[in-house]
Amino acid sequence: MSEVRYTDQHEWVRIDGDEATIGITKYAADQLGDVVYVELPEPGRSLGQGGEAAVVESVKAASEVYAPIGGEVTEANAAVASEPAKVNADPEGEGWFFKVKIADQAEVAKLMTLGAYNDFLKGL
Amino acid sequence: MRYLPLTPDDRAAMLRKIGVPSVDALYRDVPSSAVVGRSAFDLPETQGELEVERALSRLSSRNMAAGSVPFFVGAGAYRHHIPAAVDHLIQRSEFLTSYTPYQPEIAQGTLQYLFEFQTQVALLTGMEAANASLYDGSTATAEAVLMAQRVTRRTKAILSGGLHPHYAETVENVAALNGEVVRAAVTPGREEDLAKLIDDKTACVVVQSPDVFGLVRNLKPVAEAAHAKGALLIAVVTEVVSLGLLEPPGHQGADIVAAEGQGLGVGLNFGGPYVGLFATREKFIRQMPGRLSGETTDAAGKRGYVLTLSTREQHIRREKATSNICTNSGLCCLAFTIHVSLLGEEGLTRLARLNHARASALATKLSNIEGVELITPAFFNEFTLKLPKPAAGVVDALAEKRILGGVPASRLMPHEHDARDLLIVAATETSSEEDCDAFAKALAEAVQ
Amino acid sequence: MTMNTQGRPTAPGTASETELPTISGDRGLDHEENLIFELGRDGVTGVDIPEVQLSEERLGGQRRRGPIGLPGLSEPEVIRHYVRLSRMNYAIDSGLYPLGSCTMKHNPRLNEKMARLPGFADVHPLQPQQTVQGALTLISELMTWLTRLTGMPAVAMSPKAGAHGELCGLLAIRAAIEARGENRKRILVPSSAHGTNPATAAMAGFTVDEVPPKGDGHVDADALQAKLGPDVAGMMLTNPNTCGLFEPRIKEMADAVHKVGGYFYCDGANFNAVAGRVRPRDLGVDAMHINLHKTFSTPHGGGGPGAGPVVLSARLAPYAPLPLLVHDGNGVHLIEDRAAVPGDANPFGRMCAFHGQMGMFSRALTYMLSHGADGIRQASEDAVLSANYILASLKDVMSAPFGEGPCMHEALFDDTFLHDTGVTTLDFAKAMIDEGYHPMTMYFPLVVHGAMLIEPTESESKESLDRFIHVLRELALEAKAGKTERFDGAPRLAPRRRLDETAAARKPILRWKPKDLPQAAE
Repeated sequence: MSEVRYTDQHEWVRIDGDEATIGITKYAADQLGDVVYVELPEPGRSLGQGGEAAVVESVKAASEVYAPIGGEVTEANAAVASEPAKVNADPEGEGWFFKVKIADQAEVAKLMTLGAYNDFLKGL
Repeated sequence: MRYLPLTPDDRAAMLRKIGVPSVDALYRDVPSSAVVGRSAFDLPETQGELEVERALSRLSSRNMAAGSVPFFVGAGAYRHHIPAAVDHLIQRSEFLTSYTPYQPEIAQGTLQYLFEFQTQVALLTGMEAANASLYDGSTATAEAVLMAQRVTRRTKAILSGGLHPHYAETVENVAALNGEVVRAAVTPGREEDLAKLIDDKTACVVVQSPDVFGLVRNLKPVAEAAHAKGALLIAVVTEVVSLGLLEPPGHQGADIVAAEGQGLGVGLNFGGPYVGLFATREKFIRQMPGRLSGETTDAAGKRGYVLTLSTREQHIRREKATSNICTNSGLCCLAFTIHVSLLGEEGLTRLARLNHARASALATKLSNIEGVELITPAFFNEFTLKLPKPAAGVVDALAEKRILGGVPASRLMPHEHDARDLLIVAATETSSEEDCDAFAKALAEAVQ
Repeated sequence: MTMNTQGRPTAPGTASETELPTISGDRGLDHEENLIFELGRDGVTGVDIPEVQLSEERLGGQRRRGPIGLPGLSEPEVIRHYVRLSRMNYAIDSGLYPLGSCTMKHNPRLNEKMARLPGFADVHPLQPQQTVQGALTLISELMTWLTRLTGMPAVAMSPKAGAHGELCGLLAIRAAIEARGENRKRILVPSSAHGTNPATAAMAGFTVDEVPPKGDGHVDADALQAKLGPDVAGMMLTNPNTCGLFEPRIKEMADAVHKVGGYFYCDGANFNAVAGRVRPRDLGVDAMHINLHKTFSTPHGGGGPGAGPVVLSARLAPYAPLPLLVHDGNGVHLIEDRAAVPGDANPFGRMCAFHGQMGMFSRALTYMLSHGADGIRQASEDAVLSANYILASLKDVMSAPFGEGPCMHEALFDDTFLHDTGVTTLDFAKAMIDEGYHPMTMYFPLVVHGAMLIEPTESESKESLDRFIHVLRELALEAKAGKTERFDGAPRLAPRRRLDETAAARKPILRWKPKDLPQAAE
């Protein structure tokens, strides 16, 4: 079964066994405004937890996306690269950014549950 | 003071509204140790237009203006005839006294001419995209090297020995900070073998054509050699008029073109302001430095233009920006754009042909002088002569006779012993036959 | 009597409130204008140049094989095209242009006239130096003005704009640190700084460490203290700062940076508030660029060109870039060769091909001679007075985040006064366009929410300021009263409505292409 976890940098990560799918949360997408460009990591690149992994841009802002979990990149979502509007339309579904093969399952424990993330948002 | 509208009464009324006794109170945060009196500066007091004009005119008259003498100086800046319409149009208040087009609804004039400028630069260089200018050709070349370092994630830049030495020094100034800059040996009048210097750490090879000696080069073999090793070719053009007659670098495999646009629309100005042209392949546009004007539509569906891809720039990306550039060469872009528009395909082609014809005739004339040898077999409007004596003294002797007879190569490369006797000579449409004859006669005497 | 037989009416008729679309698409004096590439025809040119046959072609086989692709137009067509484009621009000559941190002051036309004198405009940078003694003397005189106004011993003239000047200053700092045999990599930059500061520091090979602001709009001098250490190369501080405030603890901050062996760079973008009253030397500054296109009125020209000479302290002066300007018995000379530099000079390199923005130097010197030291001081005071007058006149209806003032040459407001009105800073700015004004700088500095930064400069009369204040007051009152019609979708009266920047960035179209070629796309 898959489970979804969150970071305080507004990334989400869906965990299916040793595969993690990563994107930015609806809150982050709304704050950013219309996304115009997404720069994704190349498959094969090795990411450490919390390391810079991608860039997402609106007209007036550019944000780094950090890897919520470490591992090797297995796939980048070509569909959001060619159609960045998907990030606004469906940030936690079709608007995913990239997948990694999880290097260390213990890192999952450092991430927030949905409930914890929602509480975190209320505190902002 | 004629530029200051506030009267003493206005100032008093404004201070009352603010609620302070004097303007000094507004400067209360200035540390008392830094407060200085009016006399601290030892500088003159205000003057009227007439007095200022007299002072400046006096300084101006102490220079030998290019238009007043036979003139053959080039080496990075070229004297061309600028149509009267250019200066008239760029002095229109709406162009001259507006800021960077940050409010596009009331800056369509600027944004549209920048879009036209970008298109003209792309067409002339044979590239897919161009930006809205950098400061000048030398800084554009430096930015091109930094961009190549980003694109390739490599650090080494190889500079051809034919690259204008001032450009090479400008590149070294920034590109050597986080990388390595290799300058190939100077080979006046012939192409060097750059391929052997390229390795798998090479980010780019920088080649100027026509080069600093005026030599027209074939970029294709260098492009192939660079691409074979995963490096980029940066083509540099210092005389933009040459693109009216020469095969554009984009058709010879260049990945980035950095050029000096001064030759079209912008005067000599003793070195500045000029206008840096910067063009590249579409796949690299997000790595470009500088502003870009892009087409879009407004809320009513009308076509319009905006500054775009701004997330590359310093005001958004800060330390991760592609460059720190903010102010560019706006009004010089406009002068360039208007001059190119006036010339059109027909005019620019004719202008370029006329330049080549004048230079070619002059080269023949001068190389007929005994002891003078033409060392650049292929050239556009500038060529290099080997004189029987050091060129610097010859140029000074010519200047004594009120002829500005080119640039001694030793001024650009003082430690290059083989360059001591080389004279770099440019001829344009402004060089009349009479001037060329006077030059030939004086040069023959000077080299005796 | 003679009868009016032509039937020409004499009454003005009635004005209709609704606007009927025109047949042409133009509206009276407002013309639409296509791209130059969509005009003209083959074979026409606006410049008469003799056709020459190349009897002897010496191009090394590199002759262009295809056409360039430029359109052909006559001179009247080109002039009409660019005149029409010009009419789509707002300009300082046509109205108040209160763009904070940009300094849109009057650009005297005498400056333009002087810059066009043939002895300045028509001389080549590589002419023999004895033929350009007047031009070199002009640069030397400008250097005297800049060093005396700042109290600094040296100035590097070649930087071509503010950001280029910043780079020059930081490279001098880098060279000085290297000369000491040290390796310091950290540059401290306040978070309120212009984006050029961190971008320049990165370009010069430093890492950027941000210093937070305090709640009062000043840089937190205590937070700075905590960040200092032996790896600090220097600090970049804008003063007056980007919130329009003079940093009262600037000397203390400079001293603290010096104490740990760092250098103090001042971004001189706002020198126009203090020129003629305060010398940067007295504040502990080691390097400061001066935007001649701000403080000394050279025109902004739609984004450039500018000039950014950098004044240097005695500690940094030896590292000033080539070329150097020196006086000797025979006049003024440029030293372009490192091997020929005098004394202890050790230039860090070269910023650009020649020796700077001569066209801007002649304009700036004209401005200085016109004003004199007294006029420069008066201009600074009037700029500060005008900004404070605006602050005092609007702070009750708009919201000034840093209280009662005084400010320096610009008044900063935030969007607190628009809270819950549905009107944003962007809407407010765009509504100003319909009122005939260029908006203020918006959303900068980044340290306040919905920033509006107003810089009136010294060039406005009191009547002009009063009218501007009246319009802003009314706009603010309407927004707060929930009357949002003026703000929704403004501007309505500009050559264009709001433009779709998102579409422009998603599928960039950066040039015109002939119809049969595919349009640019990612």
